[in-house]
Amino acid sequence: MFTMIPQLIIGVADLAAALLFLYGLKRMSSPVTAPSGIFVAGLGMLVAILASFLYAFGVSATARPYLPGNIALALVALALGGGLAWWSGRKVAMTAMPQMVALYNGMGGGAAGAIAAVELFGGTANGVTQLVVTLIGALIGAVSLSGSLIAWAKLDGILNKPLRIQGQQIVNLVVMVATLAVGGYIVFVTLAGAAPVITMPALIGLFFGLALLFGILMTLPIGGADMPVVISIYNAFTGLAVGLEGFVLQNPALMIAGMVVGAAGMLLTLLMAKAMNRSVSNVLFTNFGTVAKHKKGDMPGSLKPVEAGDAGIYMRYAAKVIIVPGYGLAVAQGQQKLYEFVKLLQSAGVEVKFAVHPVAGRMPGQMDVLLAEAGVPYDLIFQLEDINDDFAAADVALVIGANDVVNPAARSDKSSPLFGMPILDADKAKKVYVVKRGGGAGYAGVENGLFYGDNCNMVYGDAQAVLVKMIEAVRGLGLSAAA
Amino acid sequence: MEAQIEITGFVALYIFMLAAFAGWVIIGHVPAILHTPLMSGSNFVHGIVVVGGLFALLNASTVTEQAIGFVAVLLGAGNAAGGYAVTDRMLAMFQTSGQQTKHAKPRSHTKKA
Repeated sequence: MFTMIPQLIIGVADLAAALLFLYGLKRMSSPVTAPSGIFVAGLGMLVAILASFLYAFGVSATARPYLPGNIALALVALALGGGLAWWSGRKVAMTAMPQMVALYNGMGGGAAGAIAAVELFGGTANGVTQLVVTLIGALIGAVSLSGSLIAWAKLDGILNKPLRIQGQQIVNLVVMVATLAVGGYIVFVTLAGAAPVITMPALIGLFFGLALLFGILMTLPIGGADMPVVISIYNAFTGLAVGLEGFVLQNPALMIAGMVVGAAGMLLTLLMAKAMNRSVSNVLFTNFGTVAKHKKGDMPGSLKPVEAGDAGIYMRYAAKVIIVPGYGLAVAQGQQKLYEFVKLLQSAGVEVKFAVHPVAGRMPGQMDVLLAEAGVPYDLIFQLEDINDDFAAADVALVIGANDVVNPAARSDKSSPLFGMPILDADKAKKVYVVKRGGGAGYAGVENGLFYGDNCNMVYGDAQAVLVKMIEAVRGLGLSAAA
Repeated sequence: MEAQIEITGFVALYIFMLAAFAGWVIIGHVPAILHTPLMSGSNFVHGIVVVGGLFALLNASTVTEQAIGFVAVLLGAGNAAGGYAVTDRMLAMFQTSGQQTKHAKPRSHTKKA
């Protein structure tokens, strides 16, 4: 009876949290309401965390002597983990966002795995269902932890080459089967009450070790260009692990929040894979680059370089310009200069729009965030399906730091590895300028026919430097007109 | 009113099914322009795992359980706080042409948002 009131409060708080999460995510479906959406979700989190301290009233007799120490530990962990992550999240650069999200995601997966470990070591899971769900949650959480850490290291440039060994898939399969076998053995030993060949804690440790190893092995061979898919999938994994541990702990707030994220992450993963013209299994189990062995046929036409200033002036006298920014723009830190140039064009009466491909960047929608950071209003930013018909009516398409996403081979060349990928139809504009560092091929290693087209000129150089030249040229024009 | 919650078998499956469906439908309506904040936002939402970590830590009765519980809360809190911080920062950047006059200067890379 004494424990009923706290339990009731926890129940109500968790219910409120689940509702606030759903409502917050719903509000995130428009840029106008999105900031309030994350605030609403944050409120839900706060309520749930505060209420969970009431668990202190319901602890078992064996845990009671430890309670003051445990509460102190909890407060320290909350302050330390929350404080460090908050601080890093506030100061991280927007270009580093993918690896930051990967890191936070790995933390969530690790937390889910740790909860499962406490349950397993404590032997508190009752019944076969609970035990199996705990183990599955532990497996997914651990894979998400180590996989996310590898993804973080890759995105951060610590690991910069995909690591592939002979028979990688067979090794992965063996590790996976071994993990499942150990998990199965844990269930068998617990149910049958038999004595395990090694001690139970060692068995559980082995299980986690194998699961972590599997996460590492699975992520190592995947290349940097495929990271949008990988981050989405681990986001979904962590959600799933949290949902499953929620079931073990009989906490519906965890179950709902985890499963909502699991489903959302899966949907995003499929969207990303579709935009990259790959299937999810293709990303995970095929080494990128092996499919790109494709004969380099000679391109008709030639590359026609022009000066940045001339290109800038041409755009100043155009009526309609569409800009296709790619990750190369972000690498050159050119977003600010780009928007400065756009404002110059706008003040001269040119209609300017941005066309963003879904996989521009290292995580879904990263280019949109980078443009927003530079101050570009989101009503100028258009997504592939909304703008593709506009290219035919555009005077100029300015492609900056993008390559594969504007390769016409995706539409026409059946032998190209890009064939079938949705692309931005920049080649349909009357004039195309491509700002590029040098003559090389894109991430997929495929030649781009667009660059050789009659309507296309190349502007070679670092994106930021090129934009500075364009701005100077257009400004100089205004000065000479005034003189 | 019975405060103790007990979720077993089919009830759990029903909750999972409805939650998964809700996630799918809600996220399906988010425009591509918001996919990054959405991902970090949903990343934040699974930070609720910290509540499970708190439960495990408060009920810990051995040093091993205390240590692992501590790690669970530490990581879960990091997930939640970090996810919120980055999502909030990104969403504050999205503005329309109309709002621009109020915030005339674009943000620089190094400055804190």
